[in-house]
Amino acid sequence: MSGFNVNAVKAIYRFELARFGRTLMTGLAVPVITTSLYFVVFGGAIGSRMTQVDGIPYAAFIVPGLIMLSMFTESIFNASFGIYMPKFTGTIYELLSAPVSATETVIAYVGAAATKSMTVGLIIFATAHLFVDVPVAHPVAMLVFMALIAISFCLFGFILGIWAQSFEQLQIIPLLVIMPMTFLGGAFYSIHMLAEPWRTITLFNPVVYLISGFRWTFFGQGDVAIHFSLMFIAGMLAICIAIIGWMFRTGYRLKK
Amino acid sequence: MASIIEISGLTKIYASGFQALKGVDLTIEEGEIFALLGPNGAGKTTLISIICGNVNPSGGTVTVAGHDIVRDYRGSRSAIGLVPQELSTDAFEKVIDTVRFSRGLFGKPRNDALIEKILRDLSLWDKRNAKILELSGGMKRRVMIAKALSHEPRVLFLDEPTAGVDVELRRDMWSLVRQLRETGVTIILTTHYIEEAEEMADRVGVIDKGGLLLVEEKATLMKKLGKKTLTVHLSAPLAALPPELAEWEVALKGDGHEIEYIFDSQADRTGISTLLRRLGDLGIGYKDLDTRQSSLEDIFVSLVHQEKAA
Repeated sequence: MSGFNVNAVKAIYRFELARFGRTLMTGLAVPVITTSLYFVVFGGAIGSRMTQVDGIPYAAFIVPGLIMLSMFTESIFNASFGIYMPKFTGTIYELLSAPVSATETVIAYVGAAATKSMTVGLIIFATAHLFVDVPVAHPVAMLVFMALIAISFCLFGFILGIWAQSFEQLQIIPLLVIMPMTFLGGAFYSIHMLAEPWRTITLFNPVVYLISGFRWTFFGQGDVAIHFSLMFIAGMLAICIAIIGWMFRTGYRLKK
Repeated sequence: MASIIEISGLTKIYASGFQALKGVDLTIEEGEIFALLGPNGAGKTTLISIICGNVNPSGGTVTVAGHDIVRDYRGSRSAIGLVPQELSTDAFEKVIDTVRFSRGLFGKPRNDALIEKILRDLSLWDKRNAKILELSGGMKRRVMIAKALSHEPRVLFLDEPTAGVDVELRRDMWSLVRQLRETGVTIILTTHYIEEAEEMADRVGVIDKGGLLLVEEKATLMKKLGKKTLTVHLSAPLAALPPELAEWEVALKGDGHEIEYIFDSQADRTGISTLLRRLGDLGIGYKDLDTRQSSLEDIFVSLVHQEKAA
């Protein structure tokens, strides 16, 4: 047998979606409720005092940041869990003994996690419409951008899942690194609102480029130029793929 | 018979520096039942794990059905079904889903008729819609066998298949293994229960401390290394063995009611007749005699001891 093991990719993809399906209600209810809460707090309470950011109504301004925030955490959690759990329960033996290549494994696991992450992103996007009018300047670019974000963060989550040797390690990066970076990365404000030197310091936060790029697809403008954002995502994809390639070649924390 | 697995110079040194395999050479014939026997930590699981793809080899080569396990892993792994020692299952999956999953993972298209047959053969059909976590340990092991068979492998690895399994399941497992062999599947099982190897295997390999001590037809092995034990049931118990019996390898057993003599059944002079004559001379009466073939266990223990002594 050579070529591409389509049946294996389908099997893993279905297995992962079934796993999400078992927690479907919480999986869908959580983003809807969180988004609503953010709108009550930021859109209602704070937004009534600061009506516009960069000429955009504040409640609409935070929508891209909200979607990104949830997609980052969803992507990392789902993809890292997907590969961590078989390691934890021991069922990884089957994957390792199957005629499945590294590429097929990654496509299946990351594809499934990214599918869920995209779904959550779109649900938040739809929920936001209940509260505020959200214009989308570049709808196709918005979807492509979402997909790229989902894939790159799922790849990152996949790396995390292979690296992690305990549930604590699995949680520590999303909670202690990604979450603060997102909050400080302009999810709820424009970096132009910051005073120097913070504005310059913020430019070292990678999340700024991601949120800015995503905001561009909505409003046609962002904190930094769109091509910087795209370069950034491309860089992140390349680095993650390189690391995963290395992990599979050496069997890092997968094979002894 | 054609060979299906060829292992040559296989070594494994773990990151900790522990050398689990020290240059193993082994050929498995297609269609045989091969028992790999050895104490815990001998390297049985490492050997299997390398062939199946769960552990990277440090040196040497392995081919399965003509496919190199590293260069052509798709070919080798497609031919193999693995039932590992640990019970590792997806708790929330349904039995039938997890078996279908395995078939897909090994690149085979869906085949419900085959899955039904496998589940029926393993008495799992009634439980097909049960979640795995609801099953008993024995049932879980059957599920793992069903998963391993789902892609119609040519070689089946059973790593300690009956460890911690009740008598009934063990008998079921043995009859299943025989049935599979009828269909031409090659079976390699590891065990530290000699009884199991003795019951099922065509050939036996003994492994200890990462090296194969011997590989032999089971029957030949038992004949070649087989010692017999003669038990002399005495009419009256003895308090101690008389010094006149010291030239035979005898021991006093059963509270002085029995004398046990271990002899080589292949030798020209077994020493039995002279021993009995001496007993008569000493006036030791006996009411019965019986002889017994040594089990693989005795052979195994003596092999491992020889190894230690060497």
